[in-house]
Amino acid sequence: MEQFLTSLVGNALLVHVIMAVIPLLFILPYALVVIYLEMKIAAHMQDRVAYMRTGWHGTLQPIADMVKLLQKEDTIPAAADKFLFIVAPYIVFIGTYAAFAALPFSSAFIGSNLNVGIFYIVAISSLVVVGLLMAGWASNNKWSLFGALRSAAQIVSYEIPSAFAILGIVMIAGTMNLQELSAIQTGGIMHWMILGGTLPLMKKLFVIPLVLVLFVVYYISSMAEVNRTPFDIPEAESELVQGYNTEYSGMKFAIFYLAEYANLFAVSAVATVLFFGGWASPFSSLMTGPWWSAFWFISKGMLFVCLNIWLRWTLPRLRVDQLMYMSWKVLTPFAFACVMALGLVLVW
Amino acid sequence: MTPQEIAEKLTARFGSTPDAGIEAKLDNPVDPYIRISADHVLEFAKFLRDDEELLFDFLSCLSGVDLKGKLGAVYQLFSMVKRHKITLKVEVPTETPNIQSVESIWKTANWHEREAFDLYGINFIGHPDLRRILLPYDWEGHPLRKDYQVPEYYNGMKVPY
Amino acid sequence: MAETIAAPPKTSNGKPLRTEEMIINMGPQHPSTHGVLRLELVVDGEIVVDVVPHIGYLHRCFEKHCEHMTNYQQVIPYVDRMDYVCSMNNEFAYVVAAERLLKIQVPERVEYIRVIMAELQRIASHLIAVGTYGIDIGAFTPFLYCFRDREKILDLFEMTCGARLLYNYMWIGGLSHDIPAEFVARAKEFCAYFKPQIRDFNNLLTYNEIFVKRTAHTGILPPEVAVNYACSGPMLRGSGVNWDLRRDDPYSIYNRFDWDVAVGTGETGPVGSCWDRHIVRMKEMEQSVRIIEQALAQIPEGDVQSAIPKRIRPNPGEVYARTESPRGELGFYIVSDGTGTPYRIKARSPGFVNLSVINEIARGGMIADLVAIIGSIDIVLGEVDR
Repeated sequence: MEQFLTSLVGNALLVHVIMAVIPLLFILPYALVVIYLEMKIAAHMQDRVAYMRTGWHGTLQPIADMVKLLQKEDTIPAAADKFLFIVAPYIVFIGTYAAFAALPFSSAFIGSNLNVGIFYIVAISSLVVVGLLMAGWASNNKWSLFGALRSAAQIVSYEIPSAFAILGIVMIAGTMNLQELSAIQTGGIMHWMILGGTLPLMKKLFVIPLVLVLFVVYYISSMAEVNRTPFDIPEAESELVQGYNTEYSGMKFAIFYLAEYANLFAVSAVATVLFFGGWASPFSSLMTGPWWSAFWFISKGMLFVCLNIWLRWTLPRLRVDQLMYMSWKVLTPFAFACVMALGLVLVW
Repeated sequence: MTPQEIAEKLTARFGSTPDAGIEAKLDNPVDPYIRISADHVLEFAKFLRDDEELLFDFLSCLSGVDLKGKLGAVYQLFSMVKRHKITLKVEVPTETPNIQSVESIWKTANWHEREAFDLYGINFIGHPDLRRILLPYDWEGHPLRKDYQVPEYYNGMKVPY
Repeated sequence: MAETIAAPPKTSNGKPLRTEEMIINMGPQHPSTHGVLRLELVVDGEIVVDVVPHIGYLHRCFEKHCEHMTNYQQVIPYVDRMDYVCSMNNEFAYVVAAERLLKIQVPERVEYIRVIMAELQRIASHLIAVGTYGIDIGAFTPFLYCFRDREKILDLFEMTCGARLLYNYMWIGGLSHDIPAEFVARAKEFCAYFKPQIRDFNNLLTYNEIFVKRTAHTGILPPEVAVNYACSGPMLRGSGVNWDLRRDDPYSIYNRFDWDVAVGTGETGPVGSCWDRHIVRMKEMEQSVRIIEQALAQIPEGDVQSAIPKRIRPNPGEVYARTESPRGELGFYIVSDGTGTPYRIKARSPGFVNLSVINEIARGGMIADLVAIIGSIDIVLGEVDR
């Protein structure tokens, strides 16, 4: 991709700028699609139909929602800490968007082909915590503060089981480079990490159950990272009104909203890259190539996004201490044990 | 136990107490009641709750009443164990409406007495936290009294609509 | 799961770190206080140390209004609006009290229809209670299933008296309208439709692991405390006390039907927890369906307006009558001075009494537990404040 752009444009700086903007060009339409999906999936699960009038079956509703959010009055509470209040949503978005830099959208495009790709993603998405804390504190509202503190505790705790899960896959693959991880998994569905990767069959039999457990651990932790039910304690609507979001309106709220959905796609994308092949096609030679691989990557990511939406509207939410208990006393030991077992199997 | 027997038991126990004021009105349509004096409410309540034959463990309702010239409190007592009921009435003059609080006997009375104080101005002696409950804390007057006049202004807002 | 707080950490010179308790206001406008209820919380981190409820935001001077009515029948729309979620049961309580005062005996058909309406309303009210309880805990979907089923009940009411929420249906001595011809068939259809819905709902929410974890160990109300505070309804039965006014202090014709009283047994945790109150409500809905089916099968013919008195002028006297509304014991204390205007009507509302217990049971838990507890008490501020 980089060579293609350089041949097109010539100026190296402009090429880098365009590469940096391409994920944004993905995120914005994706946000509209996922807002629509969320409301329609929720509606059909709840035995009702959502919007039907704006566009065919409500397809233009997300645009209407965005326009509404953007034209709202941007209020700042009088006693709020102005600078932190204004900057917080952007920091949250930056933390999320920076993770997109290392996601392999296609075999020909990756924003930044880091050797420590997955490590970088785990690290940079922690920036979100800083933004949330700033939002909660700067709102000068006790309920927002509650939400922010809970959120910080939750995200930090759940990074540990997710890092263990990632560690297991890195052990099998031998590389942290996301483009290489996806390349390893080409050649059909049997090469996907969830089915043991490119290991010999004997080892696969032992590895597959361990990888399955690691996937479940990773998926649950990723739900907690994104603050979605059953882990949406920080924005628990029925308790904290909107948590750290309470005092935000208009454009800043839109940025929070966008950041939440972008983060959702980012963790779903990481799940597909690690476990489900990334941009590798499930057929060994059919539907491969730069454009097809982009298609596979995005559709697998959307599949996990839809799974997340499904779970959000089914399950109640956990209480803060139960959440912490689950992270430290359930997921982490499981993930740790799996990684140890995986190490043994691989060494054998 | 019928109200007649309950009244007899009360008289037997408290009849000798000076100014206990036990007066049983058993032919009242529809619910018979026993009137007692305001100064001995606490002893009566304790006896009614703890005596093995009475065991009135459920204070269902404590309402204030404005009888012309006097204020009253009406206690609806039930026994879940023995399945009988009785109504107690206490009357006090409007100028000094002091009744002993039964909050220590039945915790239901906590909020009911606050409501009676709020709406009638009955002062319950011994209540741990007697303040208004339904009306704003700085409201003046006791609305359910028959001679209540709606104030013109409350905190600068015109009250009669 | 109110675990004890660990010993406070120490600073570098060995003295314990000073923490402060925060006073936080769960204000009159809040998504999960079920109305305009203000709770002042004193919290130490997430642990609730003290809860002080402030009510009165919805006080509409119902009792004062009643003293200026020209007629006992005029009180009925006011009584509707006390607990607007279960209006039929409010009316039922009031007309039972008034008919006891006036010594009126209503026709059999009226009794049967009243029981059917009251039990349908009980189901509708419990559907709101459990649906909103799900939302408080975080499950958004069961709420919509509950409202879908509630719509069917409201259709039945609309067919009969034209109103969906506030009916003015049960009059002293009879009813305002007779049930239309297709009511019995439609109500039977509803009963057949509703029974599997309860089972589905239980699978979705009640026995969900997360829901059980959130509610099974919080809000424990010991039975002696419940009786001392005069709690009633699912609050009392959830604590294991087998007491139901329809059976134990009977009114109307409930003793003709075969039904059970749902009592909490501590299936998932200690008896008296929020979960027990929730399962009592679910079981009560099943029993209400049983009562409705039996009543529909036995309903006799008659004129529903034959016993309505032309002029209501009771003898001087007073009466206290109590009935079982979905939230507990709803009682009316009516004092008559011999004229057509009521002298004093006091409504003993279950929400008012049940809410007073909140300080006892919410202390020591977390804020999330407090939300679960308020949801399980199932208050409607309209009747708390009257």
